[in-house]
Amino acid sequence: MRRLEGIPASAGIAIGSVVVYRPAVVSTERRPVANPDEELTRWQRAVERAKRELTEIHRQSAATAGAPMAAIFEAQRMFLEDPALLEAVQSQIRAGVNAEAALSDGIEKFATMLANVNDAYLRERAADVRDVGQRVLRALAGADANPLALLNTPALIIALDLSPSDTAQMNRAVTLGFATARGGMTSHTAILARTLGLPAVVGLGDQLLGQLADGATVIIDGQAGVLMIDPDDATLAEYRSRATRWETARQTAQSSAQTPAITRDGHRVEVVANIGNLESAQSALAFGAEGVGLLRAEFLFLDRATLPDEEEQYTAYRAIAKLMGTRPLIVRTLDVGGDKPLPYLDLGKELNPFLGYRAIRVSLANPEMFKTQLRAILRAGAGNNVKIMFPMIATVEEVRAARKLLDEARGELATRGASFAEQMEVGMMIEVPAAAVAASLLAHEVDFFSLGTNDLIQYTLAADRTNERVGYLYDPLYPAILLLIKQVIDSAHAASRWVGMCGEMAGDLDAVPLLLGLGLDEFSVNAASIPQVKSLIRALDLRAMQDLATRALEKSTATEIRTLVRAAIQKT
Amino acid sequence: MREITLTLRNQVGLHARPAALFVQAAKNFESTINVCKDDRAVDAKSILSVLTLGAESGAVITIRAEGDDEDLAIAGLQKLIESNFGEAHASA
Repeated sequence: MRRLEGIPASAGIAIGSVVVYRPAVVSTERRPVANPDEELTRWQRAVERAKRELTEIHRQSAATAGAPMAAIFEAQRMFLEDPALLEAVQSQIRAGVNAEAALSDGIEKFATMLANVNDAYLRERAADVRDVGQRVLRALAGADANPLALLNTPALIIALDLSPSDTAQMNRAVTLGFATARGGMTSHTAILARTLGLPAVVGLGDQLLGQLADGATVIIDGQAGVLMIDPDDATLAEYRSRATRWETARQTAQSSAQTPAITRDGHRVEVVANIGNLESAQSALAFGAEGVGLLRAEFLFLDRATLPDEEEQYTAYRAIAKLMGTRPLIVRTLDVGGDKPLPYLDLGKELNPFLGYRAIRVSLANPEMFKTQLRAILRAGAGNNVKIMFPMIATVEEVRAARKLLDEARGELATRGASFAEQMEVGMMIEVPAAAVAASLLAHEVDFFSLGTNDLIQYTLAADRTNERVGYLYDPLYPAILLLIKQVIDSAHAASRWVGMCGEMAGDLDAVPLLLGLGLDEFSVNAASIPQVKSLIRALDLRAMQDLATRALEKSTATEIRTLVRAAIQKT
Repeated sequence: MREITLTLRNQVGLHARPAALFVQAAKNFESTINVCKDDRAVDAKSILSVLTLGAESGAVITIRAEGDDEDLAIAGLQKLIESNFGEAHASA
């Protein structure tokens, strides 16, 4: 038995036989070419093929592996349009060098420069540059698919390193875990393993591959960062029992997280997730989310030079909706303001961006941009359980204006003959105190409310929660906040509308009993809080919590209310 | 020739998406544009070259543009950098 220590990249234990991945090596030997023009054409065709492949992998991985993985392929495609790289290669080809050698020189020049910068992120990009170089080399050789795509029996994958192209094409159904010679906590292999929940150890050293042949038995301990080759019987037995315990613990947490939140007296509430992209949607389901109560669509708009078009937005929303299956997905329309500037949209510099031009105010002032988003959401709703939600509504006029544009967007889609959700629930966030006060009027304008307590609290108490000197005012249990919430829930229920909450308060274990007692229908929280919120609700009794809420509203201070709640919870 | 010296104040500097945004923006101009850090100057339209600068948050960079649209180029790139590349965190 041999034991190698590496970097613990992704927890868990995998035991099994290995497949040692050795990517096909295409010769980059230098040879003179008789006709440089023909060689240039051959080179350009290979680059075009590589770019087409990258576009396709980008599209696929956006749907299966999430935006950060997909962004890698977008970056690799940009490398193939880089004038400095193209010129370095093409000048050699024009001088009579074969494309393979010219490419290899150009790639190594940039990869070495990146690898030499003292920065972990850039060292990983060196691997991207070499990856893209390999892809063009394969295209030059007319070589086919990656052997990892052909894997068909369960195996642990051992490799020098795995490139994004390798992992994108890998047959994930039969992959049990990874061990690589190179790479760190932020390498592609490590990130992918954590996303997929597979054990992985990276950075085991280049001697790794020499010690292993296909079919060897190994143990990967992703927690300790250890790889054991040809383990003895005692070690195997120990790790098998550890693997079982690990799996049992995970399943227990998992299974209770996947069951609904029903109080002891049989009242069910929905516990859903706040998410920011496809990747967080995947982890939300793993934590037991019964849907998405808030999709922050900003991930499509931030950190880019131009507005996302309808198609791009539609693809992104639909991917999340498909992942949710029959579970609801609530998409919040664009929520940006002076604190989140966008290079392509002039939001101006404001003295007070939180009281300024932001969220629905920006959308209503830019109707074409807004309708593009609305059309994308409507289309994503075809055959899926998608709802739409407007942020920062203060008045009835704003809801009506937004709904009018929504009707126009529907009309445009109908004219175009596109398929879209004819019936879609339309809701609004309650985060402006004016909306909370006038909830009974607004309830007739929408199908549901979602309380955005982060802003509601700071607007109601006029206290910026990031300002430490007034931070003491940011407390969800102030009577003023609870009274507003009660007012909103009662008004909505009187009009037969349901009410959710997508602020942090919904995951605050001191607040959950009161919210339940006040009649909140849906708790939308960060994914990791879901199991805890569900298990707390299961331990509570609705009628007792209604009494608790009534008594809490008779108190005068947040401290008294917190004391009351904690005492009541201890008894259950 | 026009030039401007700026400090990168976004979280990751000229890395990742900000680097890509910067290069995409530079490509919109006809002018020859260089970006310099310490004593190295590279082609602002080459993502690989820009990355090799290793310009982190807080780094001071100089942008030089030469050509018919040099004024526009400097103004456009300055605006992008001063907007911190639209970098921000979404919140509920």
